Amino acid sequence: MGRLKLFIPLLVFLLLAALFYAVETQVSEGEYDPKALPSALIGQPFPAFRLPALLGEREVDESLLKGKVSIVNVWATWCPTCLYEHPFLVDLAARNEVAVFGINYKDDTDKARQWLASKGNPFAVNIVDASGKLGLDLGVTGAPETFVVDSAGKVRMRYQGGLDEKIWQRRFVPLLEQIAAEGAL
Amino acid sequence: MRRLLLVLCLGLLSCAALAVVEAYPFDSDAERRRYNALIDELRCPKCQNQNLAGSDAPIAKDLRAEVYRLIQEGKSDQEILTFMHSRYGDFVLYRPRLTLETVALWLGPLLLVLIGALVWWRLSRGVAKPRTGNDALSEAEQARLKAVLENRQDG
Repeated sequence: MGRLKLFIPLLVFLLLAALFYAVETQVSEGEYDPKALPSALIGQPFPAFRLPALLGEREVDESLLKGKVSIVNVWATWCPTCLYEHPFLVDLAARNEVAVFGINYKDDTDKARQWLASKGNPFAVNIVDASGKLGLDLGVTGAPETFVVDSAGKVRMRYQGGLDEKIWQRRFVPLLEQIAAEGAL
Repeated sequence: MRRLLLVLCLGLLSCAALAVVEAYPFDSDAERRRYNALIDELRCPKCQNQNLAGSDAPIAKDLRAEVYRLIQEGKSDQEILTFMHSRYGDFVLYRPRLTLETVALWLGPLLLVLIGALVWWRLSRGVAKPRTGNDALSEAEQARLKAVLENRQDG
């Protein structure tokens, strides 16, 4: 027994090594992001707002998001990861699976319009949040972030970081299927 | 040369400002103190493990502006903390509220102290246990000890 005790440090080391390896694997596969924060808005209604749309001379408010399942993508031209995920958003919008809305977050609206003109516009409507007030109400910490909003206008999920097909399939599709199943009840 | 040395030495005394804090005009010192206490207490949601006072992330700047605005509107500290909490969750508070999700944060250290106390108690009990039997050397042992010591002196 006394001799076995000598192996306790080794066991602790092996346990920790296994734990760190498991976490690191999750991080490298994009399953787990240590910097991602749980959103305080899950299950809450999308915050009220009244802001101009990027294209067209009009104002929009939160009723825009009701009656359909939508994703709301927080983006800006100053954000490199937004450039990375943009082709995916264009592709996603073309598939017509969900309504795709954008929040142009603390951006130069002229640059934003140029960006959409040159790279394609995946967004049904772009909400201009020049001051970052709506972002603050949403608990946004930076761009890009993507919210899933159900047809009742409730926030169901927040994803921080760039989107691609893999993340879409793994993180969004199961939730969208679940929301669709709820709607069918 | 001496003057140059003096200037260089003086350079050592300068210290860079650690916090990037905008100068907001306050009506009273009490409000300024509340502002400073709040940005000290609130955590930057972007650059984790920095508070709002110590972070130069854009979001930290926005949140400082928001704290200032809320103070100007006459909101209480509690209202401001609730405002931040409802947007950024438990993470934004350096002293999170006690809920089922944060209970490990609050009670985890206590648990570790208890484990430590238990280990310490077990170990100290082992030491304090009185030795069984006679500690003194028997006659035969005395003779052996003497022999060993003498041998060593010879060597």
